[in-house]
Amino acid sequence: MVSVRSIYTTPSSLTYSDLPWIIQHREDRCTLCGHCTSVCPVQAIYLTYRRQRMPKLDILQKKRGNEYRHFVGIRQRTNIEKKCIGCGMCSMVCPNEAIGPVPNPNEQRAIFHLNQKGEAWKRGGRRNMPGRTTLDRIVFDRISMLTDPALDAGRHEFNLNTILGRILPPEEYIRRHTAGEWIPPTREIFPFVIGSMSFGALSPNMWLGLLQGVAYCNEVLGIPVVMATGEGGCPPWVLKSPFLKYIILQIASGYFGWDEIIRAIPEMQCDPAAIEIKYGQGAKPGDGGLLMWFKVSKLIARLRGVPEGVDLPSPPVHQTLYSIEESVMKMIQTMSMAFGFRVPVYPKISGSTSAKSVLNNLVRNPYAGGMLIDGIDGGTGAAYNISLDATGHPIASCLRECYLDLVAQGRQNEIPLFAAGGIGKNGNVTQNGMALIMLGASGVHIGKYIMQATGGCLGNEMGRCNVCNTGICPKGITSQNEKLFRRLDPDDVAQRVADVFMSIRTEMKKIMAPLGRSQSLPIGMSDALGINDADAAKRLQIRYIC
Amino acid sequence: MCRLALKSADTPFSPYEILTAMEAMQEGYDGSGLGLLLRGVGFTDFNYQPDQIILSGIAHTEAALQRLNSFMGARGYELKYDHAMEVDSSLIEARDRFKYLIRVYKVPNRDGLSRDQFEDQLMQTRLTLRKDGEDHGGDLTVFSFWPDVIMIKEVGWPLQIGNGLGLNDNRIKARVIMAQGRQNTNYGINLYACHPFFIQGISTMTNGENTAFVPIKEWLIGKNIPGYTGYQSDSEVFTHILHYVTRKLHLPLAAYKHIITPLKTEELDVHPQGDFLKGLRTSCRRLIIDGPNAVIATLADETCMLVMDHKKMRPATVGGKPGVWAIASEMCGIEAIVPDRDTSLDFQPMREHTVIIPPDRKELVIWSQSDPFTLPQAA
Repeated sequence: MVSVRSIYTTPSSLTYSDLPWIIQHREDRCTLCGHCTSVCPVQAIYLTYRRQRMPKLDILQKKRGNEYRHFVGIRQRTNIEKKCIGCGMCSMVCPNEAIGPVPNPNEQRAIFHLNQKGEAWKRGGRRNMPGRTTLDRIVFDRISMLTDPALDAGRHEFNLNTILGRILPPEEYIRRHTAGEWIPPTREIFPFVIGSMSFGALSPNMWLGLLQGVAYCNEVLGIPVVMATGEGGCPPWVLKSPFLKYIILQIASGYFGWDEIIRAIPEMQCDPAAIEIKYGQGAKPGDGGLLMWFKVSKLIARLRGVPEGVDLPSPPVHQTLYSIEESVMKMIQTMSMAFGFRVPVYPKISGSTSAKSVLNNLVRNPYAGGMLIDGIDGGTGAAYNISLDATGHPIASCLRECYLDLVAQGRQNEIPLFAAGGIGKNGNVTQNGMALIMLGASGVHIGKYIMQATGGCLGNEMGRCNVCNTGICPKGITSQNEKLFRRLDPDDVAQRVADVFMSIRTEMKKIMAPLGRSQSLPIGMSDALGINDADAAKRLQIRYIC
Repeated sequence: MCRLALKSADTPFSPYEILTAMEAMQEGYDGSGLGLLLRGVGFTDFNYQPDQIILSGIAHTEAALQRLNSFMGARGYELKYDHAMEVDSSLIEARDRFKYLIRVYKVPNRDGLSRDQFEDQLMQTRLTLRKDGEDHGGDLTVFSFWPDVIMIKEVGWPLQIGNGLGLNDNRIKARVIMAQGRQNTNYGINLYACHPFFIQGISTMTNGENTAFVPIKEWLIGKNIPGYTGYQSDSEVFTHILHYVTRKLHLPLAAYKHIITPLKTEELDVHPQGDFLKGLRTSCRRLIIDGPNAVIATLADETCMLVMDHKKMRPATVGGKPGVWAIASEMCGIEAIVPDRDTSLDFQPMREHTVIIPPDRKELVIWSQSDPFTLPQAA
């Protein structure tokens, strides 16, 4: 027997009920096959021999003694680095439904000990803020029923596409066309864009699946979907392929991957869809990209031109430049020139109360092809928890304010605004996207939704999984470890991409038809929106309904 | 649902003729208002010269009329003729109608103003008068102030309004008359909300609903072009778009349909001017209407036009014979206006067509959107 006094506990000693997820294990069902312990990405569970003492007292014979039962069982580890993340892979592989994590409804103490070894808590995922978002609460309430028979979503013809790229005012367009002068390039694209997720953040199989799916949407389904690369370049075979036209190449403050891109320019068969210059990210404003060493594999190191296995933190801003005005001007012009002024170039900034000043700057830059604003609910492969949860600006009011600013200047058609950050975070992707479009966005970028819907990402708003940063993604979506990413078949991902965009297309029609819209995307059709929150209605300048 | 009728004839005719034709289209119509626009006008009591300026509107009070008189006098507009209507107020629903204004003014000295400057001045005068009325509790309503254009708008059943205003007395005749029955779709009852709408010689009327109204309106207001105001009706943007296309962009009439209902990319890919039109569609993206709509327009030279939104399921019709043509939202309207025509030549434009009745009224011009159009300066 060990006396209670001598049990060693540290300040960070925890028990399973202190952890955010508690493993429930049913010994009566367990076959001890070991699948759960081998699949667990954080080794939170282990098979172990246990001994149970059975006191024995024979009163008639006045004898006391013990018997011991030995058994094999699954146990949960309680040290911080091996705490259960709730991914549920154990239940997925268990043949007998004997095991699974359940969220700890109690206030769990682990939160106070996540900052080990002087490091603040870093994770992947998104802001863990469950519940309906402002976008989820917006309804489309201006139903057209006064005139000719309403539109039929199933039979009418709909124009759902949007424009990416700088658009000239009509007078200037006609003048330049007559004079044979340069007209800024534009792209007609589907308004739901696969947002920036880098080749590095995503596994090769996930990336390949997305690209296959995007190509299928364009070439077979006639849905002109484009996808953005994120920082970190693009595989050379893609750069030199005809699929490049479906890809928005991102340049960010680390400039990773751009050696390969620049070198590939002479061999490109077509132009990329656009160039995105990342100045900020909604999930971690003021912070640069971060690819942690776990994920810098041989392939990634080659693409990015760096040694293997080192952390790749990008600076928070484009360091070589003096101010954002100068940066925006020089970078947009440089990138435009690099691609012969045939490719739209636009900046991506994080949602912020200062977004309007960047916008006003872009309005005066004749080469700026749009602006993407990324709100606080956006996802990331790796960031400090504090940035994810508490830094940034929700997308709805930021986008609306910028749009109304353009309306006041009469420039709303010239600089297309794109919105990102939490679109579809509760699954309502088309509803969220269309609400933003009617608030003034020309289109939306979706990242986490795509990971969940096409890759089967296990993350949720309750802090589940959130380990994209460490390369142990149990589904193989954000891992560079072949043993993990081979779990993901690119063909299956591509199939899901097609499923997702076909259903978004149908849902867009189901929203637009009752509003009487089919000829053009209802950008800025704010008279169709209502919300049952008077303050939000006032802020967004839409109708309050109850 | 609005009912629309337009007649264009070599021989001037009374507006009452159109009102009786509108009775043929009364089914499905709520009789909430009437709007009339007359061009090529003549008065039996006055020898009107087509360059003289006509003010159309309503003075709701005597004070408003006096303000109008002093305003016009101060700006050198000399009143040549004041058409006195034989009003039977028992047939008019509204009570606050002191005087219906159809007044002819002598063209003042242009003082070296260019034609455009002069026309801007006429519009500014109308806008100032309208503002003056609005600033005084709406006691003065001004529909148009332009050479050779009379506009009448009133709340009620069209034929009853015609009787109430004595339009059956044949004292006014015109070569082109646009008539619209109904007050407003979706928005409040307001005299300014009644079609046809007018700006600088250009007028349109519409039936249908324009669901893209708010973004279009926001864009037009953002252009800061004088006269792009009002918007009590979602149909007013059609007039301003036509004004913008022809007078600001200096594009031919055929471009109007390319702007309000552009062709799809696949169709533009095979269009002879597809490259130009794709860019135009992008630049004018905020002017794409979303109907279903039939837009009927008239221009200062008495050209009449009918454009259909490509999803209109109940097309408007054009029919007639050399010298007399009619456009109406229902086929029975054509029948009532020009009964002695060859009905087999009636035309219902569908998704890609624009129909023009040229000022000579000899034959219809039908443009297809997939045909090339003359655009020497741009395409």
